Amino acid sequence: MDTGIKGRYFYQFLALRYLMLIAVALIFAFPLVFMIVSSLKPDMQLLRDSSSLKAFVPYGDLSLDNYIGMFNRVPFERFLFNSVFITATTTAFSILFSSLAGFSFAFLKWRGKGIVLSIIIATLIIPAETTAVPLLFVVNSLPWIGKEGLEWGWLNSIHVQIIPFIADSFSIFLFVQFFRDLPRELVEAARMDGATWLQVYARVIMPITGPVVATVAILKFLGMWNQYLWPLMVAQSEEMRPLMLGVAYFFQLDVAWGEVMAYLSTITIPVLIFYLALQRAFIESIASSGIKG
Amino acid sequence: MASLQNTTKPSGLNQDQHEALVGWLMAMPVIVLLLTFLIVPFFMAFGMSFTNQRLISGNPTEFVGLRNFQDLLTVQLLTLDPLVDETSGELLRDEAGNPTYPKLRDYTRDEETYPQYFRLQEWFSFQRNNSITYVLASDVVFMIALFNTFFFVVVIAPVQGGLALLLAMMLNQKLPGINVFRTIYFMPVVVSMVVVALLWRFIYDGSNGVLNTLLATLTFGGFKPVDWLANPQTAMPALMAMSVWQAVGFHMVIWLAGLQTIPTLLYEAANVEGADWWQKFRFVTWPGLRNTAVFVLIIITMQAFGLFTQVDIMTRGGPVDTTQSVVYQMVQRGYGKYDISGGSTISVVLFFIVLAISLLQRYLTREKN
Repeated sequence: MDTGIKGRYFYQFLALRYLMLIAVALIFAFPLVFMIVSSLKPDMQLLRDSSSLKAFVPYGDLSLDNYIGMFNRVPFERFLFNSVFITATTTAFSILFSSLAGFSFAFLKWRGKGIVLSIIIATLIIPAETTAVPLLFVVNSLPWIGKEGLEWGWLNSIHVQIIPFIADSFSIFLFVQFFRDLPRELVEAARMDGATWLQVYARVIMPITGPVVATVAILKFLGMWNQYLWPLMVAQSEEMRPLMLGVAYFFQLDVAWGEVMAYLSTITIPVLIFYLALQRAFIESIASSGIKG
Repeated sequence: MASLQNTTKPSGLNQDQHEALVGWLMAMPVIVLLLTFLIVPFFMAFGMSFTNQRLISGNPTEFVGLRNFQDLLTVQLLTLDPLVDETSGELLRDEAGNPTYPKLRDYTRDEETYPQYFRLQEWFSFQRNNSITYVLASDVVFMIALFNTFFFVVVIAPVQGGLALLLAMMLNQKLPGINVFRTIYFMPVVVSMVVVALLWRFIYDGSNGVLNTLLATLTFGGFKPVDWLANPQTAMPALMAMSVWQAVGFHMVIWLAGLQTIPTLLYEAANVEGADWWQKFRFVTWPGLRNTAVFVLIIITMQAFGLFTQVDIMTRGGPVDTTQSVVYQMVQRGYGKYDISGGSTISVVLFFIVLAISLLQRYLTREKN
């Protein structure tokens, strides 16, 4: 971008650019730094520090006491298990079913395909919030085979937090988009060699679909891990709740801010680590969702 | 999976029929799931908005026509002239010397004489000349929620979109370490809104809040502490600022992808022509970002209309309803009160608003050649 005049002004300008970048970075990083730093401080110090810039400095009586206190306040293992199970299961099934459907839409000929795909694309305009209330009604009248045989109503269960979110139009759209750009000869050659359609899908196409799988996995992971409105409506009993609903436990009697911060840190740090490790893929998956606009 | 493999070679089908069958089977899971959990609920929202459906109810569900929509959306204007002394023709004034008016209750409680005002409540009123005009609504809280949500969207869409573009342009330079900044700017996007909202509740706190501390430090003690979320004037702006902080990185990345599709050749040509910074933006950058701009605008608008988590965690609609939102009201009724039809009616209204706005945005930003 620069015209190459490397004089005094160039370096002053460069320093200014970095200063601006750093100032903005501080705005984005400070609340998260504050969260993690505060989780290590005793409540008294935490409250005292927050009335000065010491709030961002890890010093004084640092300990993991808040984390221990937090474990006593919420059934942490249960919530963690639920969150991990719900997120992982939904993501895995979503990738499987969306890619199968995408493969079918892109490579196979069947009657009604065009209409079905158009309907799926059209549903992209429905905001998720607008179906939440009727969805509550739908899941309340669906059958399930439980411990005591046939039961009606999915409310207050783990599967009600998984099954409705497996299929989403956007993931299907991403797979179709990717498959359509692949050379058709790949499929035709494999079919000539006598491979079944399922073999073509599993052995020829899926091995080169890594980027889309990563995108769908990341978007699904973020969406499911951070879900709040739906579990709030359907997970009434404690053993069905995911981590995000645990925050309510800290505001019941006395608010122990240190423990709140410890809990927030604990449910956020795995996501942050995941993000920092795969940040290229994270950012590219968001960006790729934008280019198609 | 095994069952699927068995069905791929059924006897008696020719090549095309076989292919069609496999195609159907592969698409079947998502078709069934989308039908059950997206398309059926979507149409049910419409259907149930014409009924008095509740989640659990002893009474049978009845068709009520447009009553839910009337109960939600009715707005009437009522202008009242001041009371006049019948003999002298002078205005009747109260002790402070202000004109007096007939009681609003006489209009909103009298079904026989004024059926159009029956059971309406005052949303707000204004005075003009000597008369007073009441804006009456059947559901004042919903009207306030609707107004607040529009206010939220109207502020968030340009501010967040503009800031995101600014950040994207800051990051679109070839500097060592620029990716580190990109990583940091994007970080809040991956953090749950639940976490962000709780964290900011602490930051906004009136007595111990970090924001007050920071502002006081920056102004050398000149700043008076504000209880950001408890003050009707600052609660909504505080929610907005936090929402932008959390989501701006998302749109920044989309802008950045758009910026990187603009060929550097165009900038080199502009440099040769002697274009300044603004001309380069106006004639090279912005035209190259057209499609991205439409997309970013629509995405932000759709997300902003979904305003819920922030409200639920930080303010619960308060103080004095200044942060009520459409989705918050939808959940309050549909889930909180098991009023499925009421919640569905709000869903339908929300859907049409979002649809109308995205069509309008597409129309306004269409290619004009």
